[in-house]
Amino acid sequence: MNVDRRGFVVAVVATLGAVVQDSLAGSGPAGKVADPASAGRPLGPTSAADIDAAYQAIEKQLKCSCGCGLDIYTCRTTDFNCTYSPGLHAHVVALAQEGKTAQQIIDAFVAQYGQQVLMAPPRRGFNLVGYLFPSVLVLVAAGFLLVTLRRWTRVAAAEAVAAGPAVTGHVDASSAELERLRRELERLPS
Amino acid sequence: MTLLGHLSLWLALFVGLWGAITGFAGGLQGRADLQQSARHAVFAMFAALALATICLEVAIFRHDFNVQYVAAYTSRNLPTFYLWSALYAGQKGSLLFWATVLSLFATLAQVLTSGRHRAYLPFVAAVTCTVATFFVLVMVFAANPFERLAYTPVDGSGMNPQLQNPGMVFHPPMLYLGYISITIPFAFAIAALLSKKLDVDWLVAIRKWTLVSWLFLAIGLLIGMWWAYVELGWGGYWAWDPVENVALLPWLVMTAFLHSVMVQEKRGMLKKWNLALVLGAWLLSIFGTFLTRSGVIASVHSFTQSPVGYFFLGFLLLAAGSTIVLYVIRLPLLEAEATLESMVSREASFLFNNLLFIGLAFSVLWGTLYPILSEWLQGTKVTVGPPFFNLVNIPLGLALLALTGIGPLIAWRRASIPNLQRQFAVPAVTGLFVLLILLVAGMREIGPLIAIGLGGFVTATVFQEFGRGARARHRQYGEPLVLAVLRLVARNRRRYGGYIVHMGMVLLFVAFAGMAFKTETQATLRPGESATLRSPYGQVYTFTHLGISQYDALNRRVTAALVDVSRDGKPVGRLKTEKRQHVDALGRNTFEASTEVGIRSGLREDLYVVLGGLVNGTEQAVYRFTINPLVWWVWFGGFVLVGGGLIVLWPGGGSPAVRRTQAGYAVKLESKQ
Repeated sequence: MNVDRRGFVVAVVATLGAVVQDSLAGSGPAGKVADPASAGRPLGPTSAADIDAAYQAIEKQLKCSCGCGLDIYTCRTTDFNCTYSPGLHAHVVALAQEGKTAQQIIDAFVAQYGQQVLMAPPRRGFNLVGYLFPSVLVLVAAGFLLVTLRRWTRVAAAEAVAAGPAVTGHVDASSAELERLRRELERLPS
Repeated sequence: MTLLGHLSLWLALFVGLWGAITGFAGGLQGRADLQQSARHAVFAMFAALALATICLEVAIFRHDFNVQYVAAYTSRNLPTFYLWSALYAGQKGSLLFWATVLSLFATLAQVLTSGRHRAYLPFVAAVTCTVATFFVLVMVFAANPFERLAYTPVDGSGMNPQLQNPGMVFHPPMLYLGYISITIPFAFAIAALLSKKLDVDWLVAIRKWTLVSWLFLAIGLLIGMWWAYVELGWGGYWAWDPVENVALLPWLVMTAFLHSVMVQEKRGMLKKWNLALVLGAWLLSIFGTFLTRSGVIASVHSFTQSPVGYFFLGFLLLAAGSTIVLYVIRLPLLEAEATLESMVSREASFLFNNLLFIGLAFSVLWGTLYPILSEWLQGTKVTVGPPFFNLVNIPLGLALLALTGIGPLIAWRRASIPNLQRQFAVPAVTGLFVLLILLVAGMREIGPLIAIGLGGFVTATVFQEFGRGARARHRQYGEPLVLAVLRLVARNRRRYGGYIVHMGMVLLFVAFAGMAFKTETQATLRPGESATLRSPYGQVYTFTHLGISQYDALNRRVTAALVDVSRDGKPVGRLKTEKRQHVDALGRNTFEASTEVGIRSGLREDLYVVLGGLVNGTEQAVYRFTINPLVWWVWFGGFVLVGGGLIVLWPGGGSPAVRRTQAGYAVKLESKQ
C-alpha cells in the first residue's frame, strides 16, 4: 500500500491523538481491551438509580433469587455475574418510578415472590414469637437461675449455722483489722 | 492406588467395628485382653485411613482423572498448593480427611493419656472407633472417594475459584480439626458415664483436648471470616449463613464449658452441667455436619444434596438418643459436693456467663432452623438473614461482653461490698469515660456506643488484674514490672491467658461495632476519571481509575484494574482489583469469571475496591468502593484471642495457689471415697 507523506503524518498524529486521548482524564472513549470475554459479564454504566440510597435501603430488605442468600443490593454489587439481581433492582426502580412507597414496593415483592423474599420475617404474628423466643427464654432461664441460686445459698447458710462456727477460739483483732485482713486475702490470686 | 485406597477403607471399617466392640466389651467386663485389642484397633484404623488418604493424594497429584473425585475438583494446571487442599474440597474427600484425622486424634488420646486416666481408655477407644467407623461406613456405601468413571476425561473440571485462596486451604482443616477433636472429650465423657468414674479425673484428662478443640474452632472461624472478607467481595466477614452458624455453635458451647469447668474443679459443683456441655458440643458438631452435608437448609457453603444426609441424620438421632439415656441413668451419681455460698460470687457469675453462652447458642440455632420451623408450623417459607440475627443476638452478645468484665472482678465463694467497690471502681469509671468521649465525638448509634463502652470497661478489668498481680510480684520479689508481668503469666497461664482471650474478645466486639459505620459507593469510570467517598472519620478518599491490563497467570486469564487512591488530596497508594477467568490445561473456561478484591488495610479503616466488570469490553470499568472501619482489629483481635488460648494450652505453669486449690479438692474427694 502506498502512503504519501501527508497521509503518513495524518496517520501518526491520529494515532498519537488516540493514545493521548485515552490516557487523559475522562476526555474520550476508553479503548477496547484485548479479551473482553474473560472480564466477566459486560456491564452498563452505573446509573443514578444504582447508587440511590433510598433504593439501596429497600433492596437491602429483599433477597436475591439467585440462591446466593444475599440481599438484592449486596448481590448486584458483589456478584456481577448474577443475572437475577440486576432485574430485581430494575423492578424496584420501576415500582418506585410508578410512585410507590418503600413499603408498597416491599409488599409488591412479597405478593409476587412470597414472604421468603424478605431478608428477615416480618415482626408480627407467629414470626414475632420467633423474634422474641430466644430472649424470653434467656430471661426465663435467668429468673429460674436466680431462684435456684437463692435456694442454694439459703441451704448453704443453714448448713453453716448447723455446723457451728468454723473457728471457736477468740480472734484478738479489731473489726478494722479483720476487714484489712479480708481485703488482703481478696487481693491474693484466686 | 485407588484399589489400595478402597481396600484400606474396607479394612478401616472392619478394624473400626472390632475396636468399638472390644472397647465397650473390654471396658464393661474389665478384660485386659479385649482392652488391649481395642487399643490396637485404634492404631490399625489410623494406619488404614492414613494409607487411604495417601492413595487419594497420589491420585490427585498424578492427575488420575479416571477417579471421579479427582476429575471433579482438580485440573492439570491447578497450582500444587491447591492440589493439597483438593483433598477436602469435596464431600467425599472431606469425609476421608475427617475420618483420618479422627483416627489420628484417637491414637494420640491412647498414647498421650497419662496412666492415671487409663481406666477410661477402653471406652475412649470404643467411642472414637464407633464415630470413625460411621464416617468410613458413609464413604464405603454412599460417598466413595475412590469411585472410578466409565471414561477418562482429558482434564478435570478444576477447583472452584473461590476455593483457590490461601484462606480456603487452611479454613476447612482448622474447622474440621476443631469439630473432630471434640470427639475426644465426648469419648472421655461417655467413658466417665460408663465407668461411673465421674469425679474430676475425666475433666483433667480432657482439659487439653477441650482447649485444643476450642482453639482450632476459633482459628477455623477466624480464617473463614478472613477468607469471606478477601475472597467473596461483599465487604463483610460474617453473613449468618447456616453453615457459618453451625460452626459457631460448638465453639459457644465449648467456651461455656471452659468457664464452668473451673467451678467444678474448684468447688465440685456443676457436674451435671459440665457433662451436658461436653455431650452437647459433640452432638452439635455432628448436627452441623449433617446440616452442611444434607442440603436440608439452603446455604452457599453446603455440599450438594446427597444420600449422605440421611446417614448423618440416622447417626445423629442414634447418638443423641443413646447419649441422653446414659446421661439420665447416671444423673444420681452427679450430685454437687458443695453449694453456692453467695449470689455475689465468681461461681454465680460463671453460671450467668454460661446462661448467656448457651442462650446465644440457642438463639443462633433457633434462627438457623426457623425457616424449617416456620414452614412446618405456619406453612410459610421465610428467610432468616442478618437483620434477624443482629436483632436477636446483639443484645445477648453485649450482655456477654459485660459479663466478660464483671466475672473476673468478683471473688470466689463470696464477695463483700468493699471488695466490689474496690474492684469495680476503675473499670466502671473507664467504661463511662469511653462512653462520654464517644458521645462528645458525636457518636449516636446505640449498639456501637454500648459495645465500645463495655470494651473500655473490660479492658480496664484486664489491665487492673495484670497490674495488681504484677505489683504484688514486684513488692514480694522485687522484680521489674515487665518481668513481673511475664512471670505472672507464666506462673498462672490459665488465668492470665484467659484474660488475654478476654482482651481478644473486646477487640473483636469493638471491630464488629466499627462495621456499623461502613460507607460505599458504585461508579463507572473511564481511565483517568475519579470517584470520591467520605470515610466515617470525615476524610474524603479519591479513587482514580488508571486503566485495565490483561495477562495470563498460572491457570487463569486476568483482567486487572489499577486504582490510584488519595486521602484529602494526599496520595495513599494504588490498589489492584481483578477479574479472573479460570481455564483448564486446554484453555477452556472452567468457571464464570470471579472477582479478586483490592484491599488496603489500615488501623482505622480498610479501603475495599471491587472491579464489577467492564462496559462493552472497553477500559471503562464498573467499581464498588467501600470503606470498612476497624476491620484490621478483627484480625488482630483474633490473633490476641488465639495467643491467649495458646498461653492457656501451653504445658506446665499453674501457680502454687492454683495447684494447692486443686490438690486440696482432690484430697477432699479421696477422703470421701
